[in-house]
Amino acid sequence: MTSEDSQWPLWEVFVQEKTGQPHEHAGSVHAPDAELALQAARDVYARRGPVVSLWVVESARIAATAPADAASFLEPGPEKIYRHPRFYSVPKAGKSGKKP
Amino acid sequence: MNASVEELLALADDRLVLGHRLSEWCGHAPILEEDIALSNVGLDLLGQATRFLELAGEREGRGRSADQLAFLRDPTEFRNCLLVEQPNGDFARTIARQVLFDAAALPELERLARGGDAELAALAAQAAKESRYHARHTRDWFVRLGDGSEESHRRMQAALDFLWPFTAELYAGRGELRAELETLAAQATLELPGDPDFPASGGRRGTHSEHLDHLLSEMQCVARAHPGAQW
Repeated sequence: MTSEDSQWPLWEVFVQEKTGQPHEHAGSVHAPDAELALQAARDVYARRGPVVSLWVVESARIAATAPADAASFLEPGPEKIYRHPRFYSVPKAGKSGKKP
Repeated sequence: MNASVEELLALADDRLVLGHRLSEWCGHAPILEEDIALSNVGLDLLGQATRFLELAGEREGRGRSADQLAFLRDPTEFRNCLLVEQPNGDFARTIARQVLFDAAALPELERLARGGDAELAALAAQAAKESRYHARHTRDWFVRLGDGSEESHRRMQAALDFLWPFTAELYAGRGELRAELETLAAQATLELPGDPDFPASGGRRGTHSEHLDHLLSEMQCVARAHPGAQW
């Protein structure tokens, strides 16, 4: 058996700790399909603390930016500070419950 | 009426022995995720066993703690069924053993959770919640492997054939369990064996297979080598 066929596909795991909070990336598991990915995620990431919901998505299904694109894609101009909403103080209730 | 010490020991020992069997997979399972899954199930069972043993110790009234009951009783004093002490075998046999055990254990826990023994009902309700998840996981594998490749099907059927005679003492007088397993086996393209000519029983009376001696000698060796040690 080669190393390629001994590993199941990789799934990214997102964990929600409280209703209303965002699902946050917790890590990844290997699994042959969504049901076993959920079960593996439950065993690895939901055993230690309170979790109300789990998402899994096959890593290969995630579209991501390439590192080479970062300059044009993600840094549209740090000199244009008026683009960045930094001048408001966001009320606590509006935050997701996590410190920025 | 409250459960007797014997009944509580049966509940506890099934889980103590099966939990120990699953712990033997730690570091040896076919894949990391399954290694963790089996260890998790084993830990749940160990937790359930601890609580049932505590209650048994209280009702016995001889001041024996869960640890003393787990680590200082001899094989003939264990009340677990024969099914759970059978060696792990391959992954298919371990999965089949879980499925066959849960088929009987889950309805029993649900019955106890609704029963009149309030202390036991609380423990059973918690254990049933965990066992529902265990069953989801292992039944999933049961169907996958049964309805999987030629080899996985062959191994799963062999596991079922090997373990079936050990279900006799668990399933006695509970015909509905067979009907339920028929449905699951059909889903897994497996065949449930017929009733064995020589059904194995005796676990509830303390008559065990040789495998329990070996299991207990390993499980109990530290506690027996260092009597009264705290860790």
